[in-house]
Amino acid sequence: MTQVDPAIPAGSTSPLAHRRPLGDRGFALLALASGLLVLVVLALIAISTSQQAASWFSAEGLKIFTNNWNPAANQFGALAFIYGTAITAVIALVLAVPVSIGIALLLTEVVQPRLARPIVYVVDLLAVVPSVVWGLWGILVFAPWAQHVYSSIASGVNGIPVLSFLFGGQNISGASFFTAGLILAFMITPIVTSLSREVIATTPSIDKQGAYALGATRWEMISGVVWPHSKGGVVGAVLLGLGRAMGETIAAALVIGSSATITSHLFAPGYNMPAVIANQFGESYGVFRAGLMGMGVLLFAFTIIVNIIARGVVERSARRARGA
Amino acid sequence: MEQSEQNVAGQTGKKATASMRGPEPLVRHPAEPAGTGNLIFDVRDMSVWYGGFQAVTDVTLPIYENEITAFIGSSGSGKSTVLRAFNRMNDLVPGARVAGEMYYRGANLYGADVSPIAVRRRIGMVFQKPNPFPKSIYDNVAYGPRINGERNRHRLDEIVERSLRGAALWDEVKNRLKTSGLALSGGQAQRLCIARTIAVEPDVVLMDEPASALDPISTGAIEDLMHELKSRFTIVIVTHNMQQATRVSDRTAFFYVLTDSASDTRTGVLVEYASTKQIFEDPQDSRTQAYVTGRMG
Amino acid sequence: MTVAAQPQAHPQKVSLREPPSWRRTKNQLMTVLMVLAFVVTLVPLGFVLVTVIAKGASIISWSFLTSSIPPPVLPANVGGMGPAIVGTLEITALATVIAVPLGILGAIYINEYGGKGFLAQVVRFMSDVMTGVPSIIMGLFIFTLWTLRFQYSGLGGALALACLMLPVVIRSSEEMLKLVPDSLREGSYALGATKARVTVTVVLPAAVGGIVSGALLAVARATGETAPLLFTIGIVTSVNANVFSGSNTSLPSQIFLNATQPYDGAQARGWGAALTLVVIAFIFMIAARLVTARFARYQR
Repeated sequence: MTQVDPAIPAGSTSPLAHRRPLGDRGFALLALASGLLVLVVLALIAISTSQQAASWFSAEGLKIFTNNWNPAANQFGALAFIYGTAITAVIALVLAVPVSIGIALLLTEVVQPRLARPIVYVVDLLAVVPSVVWGLWGILVFAPWAQHVYSSIASGVNGIPVLSFLFGGQNISGASFFTAGLILAFMITPIVTSLSREVIATTPSIDKQGAYALGATRWEMISGVVWPHSKGGVVGAVLLGLGRAMGETIAAALVIGSSATITSHLFAPGYNMPAVIANQFGESYGVFRAGLMGMGVLLFAFTIIVNIIARGVVERSARRARGA
Repeated sequence: MEQSEQNVAGQTGKKATASMRGPEPLVRHPAEPAGTGNLIFDVRDMSVWYGGFQAVTDVTLPIYENEITAFIGSSGSGKSTVLRAFNRMNDLVPGARVAGEMYYRGANLYGADVSPIAVRRRIGMVFQKPNPFPKSIYDNVAYGPRINGERNRHRLDEIVERSLRGAALWDEVKNRLKTSGLALSGGQAQRLCIARTIAVEPDVVLMDEPASALDPISTGAIEDLMHELKSRFTIVIVTHNMQQATRVSDRTAFFYVLTDSASDTRTGVLVEYASTKQIFEDPQDSRTQAYVTGRMG
Repeated sequence: MTVAAQPQAHPQKVSLREPPSWRRTKNQLMTVLMVLAFVVTLVPLGFVLVTVIAKGASIISWSFLTSSIPPPVLPANVGGMGPAIVGTLEITALATVIAVPLGILGAIYINEYGGKGFLAQVVRFMSDVMTGVPSIIMGLFIFTLWTLRFQYSGLGGALALACLMLPVVIRSSEEMLKLVPDSLREGSYALGATKARVTVTVVLPAAVGGIVSGALLAVARATGETAPLLFTIGIVTSVNANVFSGSNTSLPSQIFLNATQPYDGAQARGWGAALTLVVIAFIFMIAARLVTARFARYQR
């Protein structure tokens, strides 16, 4: 042992002096391994689920994008579910985004700091309600009531061009695309609100004062200064909400209506990818199961991509805000 | 400080802090006003509180039209607080309260039916750190006129050009009006903010240490600009830089931090207000003298 | 000599009244809309909580919390959700034991060892991304990797939940570690400590409040998750105290099942389970806030 070890005091003869820092290296490796675990798990997810889905991809090929889901007849075109995932996510965003941005602006620009805390608590409570409880309430309480409302609306818009396209139709159900989208909206509001608020709060006070000093009203200040500053980050927050809405399974599974159809009528029962997986996996087999797995793979890919873009957008706007 | 205690002794205090005010401020007037001589701001016994803290106590001073008035004094003496009271920017601070009287051209600035927005339209402000909006140069200058309802493209173009010329920035940016205001250098950005402020054609322009964040050359440009703007606007400037005050201002007000060791409180007061020449060459109050000769902070 | 200070009569008495009404109206309208946005969120929240409490409270009793799960057709006063409660608690506990230490270690890697390196940035970014992966994917993943080989078990469910919790714990722990000032680390190094020692004996204790709070929030989320458990734990109607082998059940699983049952009894038991679940999640959330309030030293 002729190398100089900085951990050992020079000239020391104490037995402690000869303890090599194995613990130090071991710990560092442990930390590294834990860090890499994330990457490993993500890779394993991609690989293992794709393997399981392989028979579906090979059996159906591009036909997976057709609206042709009939296990009994050995047909597994998944377009209806892809459509449903997209539609419910869009409905959720259309409903949740204005509300979330409104609350975020309310918290940062309008209310006193003292009042902000309770408001934030309330919004966070929306997130504490488990997905399955939203679903339970949705199907047992909301859907029956909503059915009446939807029917009234559907007959009311009969004949009106755009509205009857969306809200008309014969097949009206409390459990439908719209209900699923609405409940998804409740569920994504907390995260879109909190992220938007973070971004909006970074607007430099001096810019806001500059607008006020020119005699702007509060709304003029918001639209003239806060919004241009925050819109990048808010887009990122919205994308994260989109990712969440696409993947939210249980609430959707309970209230979407479980009917694999493609229709523009939002009050009709429908289906989406996570919901069909949740509902039918148990009784699936062979290519059927591979098909559900495959939809899981698609969902995984979509949400990963959306999240990467979203995080990238949020980080870029945060960097610009710091630099500007 | 012993000086303040000597001055405080013998005062009949209306309230605990009133006794801190010390003697009446010394206000002297030159024979010839530099501007039109009209009274723009008439401030009487004005105090500002932030919550329980009395930042400024019983300030009385007149501001005259088309002159440059400088507020000088050490940190915490209330200069910026008084300045912000003129355009009701203190309203934006929760818990801020103004007592006393502030008249602008005969109208009570803090009257019950007065809108701060209307006040700020007439009394503009340039800040210490240039704060161009994240918009193009054109849109920065056009922001004020636009929110006041101006939509006509030609008129906006005219206003933008006129304001940028007025801020001595037109020649430098006329070919890149659509580029971002954030891309300008410090001195240019500040002139953009001045252009933005004068675009709404205010009556008064308040400046809170407008050049302290700038390099000496930009500072010189801003000071030259102030002289040009004087004929169109009334200017009140807060500055830490005494040489700047002597260079640009017609009148100077010296503010001071009064500490009351008995109650362990402090507040800002106006000590002396006179023509700039008199303040710097012949200060009457010993504290003014100490400050302008650099003996004090 | 003081100034004669009378407000002079002016040629134009200036009016400082309100700006034109359309600007004021627009401003007021926007403020109303913003308040409305908040109120709109109160409505569903209120409805759900009130319904869960109302319908659930009527069935909750000691017997409900401890009895086995009866067939759905039986009325509400028979049986209970005992096995589900035990299942939730033991599966979540196991998931926590797996995910939290690994998550903290991962955060330690990113913040203490990785620094500005590319790998650490990638790990941090992908942890963020992983928090957005749908929970059902975790269920499918563990089903493929574990359940196909080892059959249903609480452990499988715990693994799936741990996959869900891991990135959340990593990110929240990392934020807390970032807040610990470098001066603490330097002081410890100066005394001759190794990096591992510095991290474990100085940095972690300084951040422990925030880390625990973040972990509690992750647990709160995990207790409510159904999708990861769907294909990994199976179903039982009586308590399985062995979380490592044999099928198991959980509150969310039972609620999911009962939600689609046509029988009043099953539905009532579903509400009871829902109330229990919400209370459990709520307790963890409150605990997290309490820990934050009590221990957050560097969170200002």
